[in-house]
Amino acid sequence: MSVVVLPETAAAPVPAARRRRWPVVSIGIIVVFVLVALLAPLLSLADPYEQALRLRFRPPVWEDRGSWAHPLGTDRLGRDLLTRIVWGSRVSLAVGACAVLLASTIGAAVGLVAGYYGGRVDATLMRVTDATLSFPVILLALILAVTVGPSFGNVVIAISVILWARYARVVRGQVLTLMTLDFIAQARIAGAGAWRIITRHLLPNTLNTLVVLITLQVGYVIIVEASLSFLGAGIPPPTPAWGSMIAEGRDFVTSAWWVSFFPGLAILLVVLAFNLLGDWLRDTLDPKLRQL
Amino acid sequence: MSSVIDVRDLRTHIVTRWGTIKAVDGVSFALGEAETLGLVGESGSGKSMTCLSLVRLVPRPAARIVGGEVRLDGEDLLAKSDAEMQQIRGRKVAMILQDPMSSLNPVFSIGMQMREPLAMYHRLRGAAVTARAAELLAAVRIPSPETRLRAFPHQLSGGMRQRVVGAMAIAGPPRLLIADEPTTSLDLTIQAQYLGLLKELQQRHRFAMIFVTHNLGIVARTCDRVAVMYAGRIVEIGPVRRIFTEPAHPYTRALLESIPRFGARRERLTAIAGQPPDLASLGAGCAFAPRCPAAFERCATAPSETAIAPGHATRCWLHARA
Amino acid sequence: MLRFVVFRLLQSLVALAILSVVVFILARATGDPLHMILPMNASEEDYANARQYLGLDRPYVEQYLSFVGRAVIGDFGNSIRARRPVIELLQARLPYSLKLAAFAMVVSLALAFPLGVMAAVHKGTGVDRAAQIVAILGQSLPTFWVSIVLVEFVAGRLQWLPAGGADSLASYVLPGFTLGWFVVAGMMRLLRSGMLEVLDSEYVKLARLKGVAEHRVVWVHALKNALIPVVTFAGIYFAILVTTAIVVETVFAWPGLGRLAYDGITSRDFPVIQAVVLTTAAIVAAVNLGVDCLYALIDPRIRYGR
Repeated sequence: MSVVVLPETAAAPVPAARRRRWPVVSIGIIVVFVLVALLAPLLSLADPYEQALRLRFRPPVWEDRGSWAHPLGTDRLGRDLLTRIVWGSRVSLAVGACAVLLASTIGAAVGLVAGYYGGRVDATLMRVTDATLSFPVILLALILAVTVGPSFGNVVIAISVILWARYARVVRGQVLTLMTLDFIAQARIAGAGAWRIITRHLLPNTLNTLVVLITLQVGYVIIVEASLSFLGAGIPPPTPAWGSMIAEGRDFVTSAWWVSFFPGLAILLVVLAFNLLGDWLRDTLDPKLRQL
Repeated sequence: MSSVIDVRDLRTHIVTRWGTIKAVDGVSFALGEAETLGLVGESGSGKSMTCLSLVRLVPRPAARIVGGEVRLDGEDLLAKSDAEMQQIRGRKVAMILQDPMSSLNPVFSIGMQMREPLAMYHRLRGAAVTARAAELLAAVRIPSPETRLRAFPHQLSGGMRQRVVGAMAIAGPPRLLIADEPTTSLDLTIQAQYLGLLKELQQRHRFAMIFVTHNLGIVARTCDRVAVMYAGRIVEIGPVRRIFTEPAHPYTRALLESIPRFGARRERLTAIAGQPPDLASLGAGCAFAPRCPAAFERCATAPSETAIAPGHATRCWLHARA
Repeated sequence: MLRFVVFRLLQSLVALAILSVVVFILARATGDPLHMILPMNASEEDYANARQYLGLDRPYVEQYLSFVGRAVIGDFGNSIRARRPVIELLQARLPYSLKLAAFAMVVSLALAFPLGVMAAVHKGTGVDRAAQIVAILGQSLPTFWVSIVLVEFVAGRLQWLPAGGADSLASYVLPGFTLGWFVVAGMMRLLRSGMLEVLDSEYVKLARLKGVAEHRVVWVHALKNALIPVVTFAGIYFAILVTTAIVVETVFAWPGLGRLAYDGITSRDFPVIQAVVLTTAAIVAAVNLGVDCLYALIDPRIRYGR
């Protein structure tokens, strides 16, 4: 039988990538928070530690006893809430950035190695990864915080120690697919060693995924940090951290709702912005990653 | 002879961001019992969309059947309700898809997937379904069918899976079987076996068959008639022998010239010049005109169908009577 | 299948053993617990006596082995702070945690399934958009803040539901929803994307071509496939659920394990920390084992080892 196949070319040309509008709002929120965090010392705000017991529990400006001196009101010790939220953004964003960078570095390394070498190396590393993934972050963070004492460094370490596994999984999955492609074989034939293939061929091809995952995880890390600070195992007071601010206001929520409400709103805004940006990045850069 | 399937002026449009595509644009043909029509053309010429339109499973909401008639044993399928249509699918009109590796559900056993249509079509229950399912597998020459019923798709080879799909397709048995490039992804020897099997099943159950392919060799072996599609239209339709010996449309001729023939001393294969048409921006004239070596002024308007011999018609101004 | 289960079981046991060592070491690293329990004016002799009484003067290996040996039979020693056997505390608290987790899980699944499936089936419509909003909010709202807001408004101002405690079914509602919130969002997202992919597949097309009714195509043919990614992530979501539970139990004064862990850690109560972490880890391991079995049950490709 003669096998003849007609020219196989797609007839209807499909425009390359669907253009999606930039998530202006998310980027705007993130930029504002980052700027505010960086410039906090320069903004002529009140001192976040300055107590004024006579000015305790001042409501936000639009309520009866509110004033422009304290736009979002004051807390139990008469400290200005807006100032503390601004300073708190430094903690949240710094923890978010450090933990995610640390975790993604470790995770990407593990994932690249596991995917590249395969076999027993892969099996062992993935066992460890799976075990880590199913360990509750907060238990470890609480233990660490109390054993070594709550501090910025410990919070970052506790979160990273668990979070890397997620990156390892995803990167390894990608590397496995990449390894079956011809260009890796090409590189091997050309005599490239493991290090070269991993850094020059595999890593660049997983960068999109990493960027998406990093963006999506920043929000999660901020929430975990806030939860830890809320439980008193995060950034120790009197440093303003959003989580501990919410905890401080908790007992007065009936009489002074704003003390807990505004830091929470700040968390919601930042995390929402990062998640929306992450979703957008994922849909744009790597639509196959719908499950992240 | 009355037709099993009679399609008249079928039109299916796809609405996209870049305009409305006339994926199926006035397709008509009829098929009798045990007759096979080969539907050939480049990808994107509307073959698959035509088939999906016949069973009313065009991808919604983008695609819509906008006009025409599809008469199966005289009843217009386009006028049926969704519930009625669901009763017809599989039972009266069956379809075999292109890729056997992905057309069986990986998480259900072969048995479950075989029993499902039997229970639906014939209200069989219990041991009777299993027995019938095994019979069907035997009919498509699957060895030890009872054991296979307990297997899962990933445990079978591609050829085997495509046989299972074939077995499901004849569960009705159907009046019309649509085979959408069923052998494209199979090995050559398996391909030949599978085609033989389909013909044999057709002889036994006397269903009409629409065979979609871009392999002209398969057409020559299995089909009684051929319809050549280009840009959503049938540009030429006729008995297989006439199409191969006396092609009327320049596009059909170009297709045939692109076949390498054993023994024929030719310097090179003629490739069809130009690019396949962009369906979103077709002009008013003949869609093939931009690539047609014989194009002339009249091609700026669309040609209608002209009969050139009994059962042989084409849409080309070269054959239009003045 | 049996080999698979046994293999996974052994794996879980190894993981638990490693964890017990880590926990033991970390717990010893907290600093001297005697500072917390002995009075300020305690003498050196008091310290020595207490140390001997609590077994803290023996070598670490010996302490660890006796700890493991007793832990296996459910003896975690006495709580340094409550001066009661830890196992009694566990027995009192664990049921509450399990009940709350079960309630949250049931609520999440009951919400996530219909919402996720319908969002995929009616992609781009109002249902889909609502589901997307739930998903993104679920992953962006800090649980403890939601808890506080709920306690204040629903329980405090509106007086609809109790703010804390675990006395009636109504008291499950607030903590249960707060706890399930994140899981709903995640599961729904997974289901939606899974369903979208599966609904586009050839085998779903073939099922429709066979004349299978649409509801059966969606809820049987497609859903079982879309469950695979959901089950893969179920273990992770359970870990998140446990994490969230500590916060939620603290806010809602829920007498569960999470609250016990929090109290134990703030008062440096070694035996309690050890017991809670190990119990939690054992539960997590058991859940993961169950998830793996479920996974194998759903996907024959796993069951037959490809």
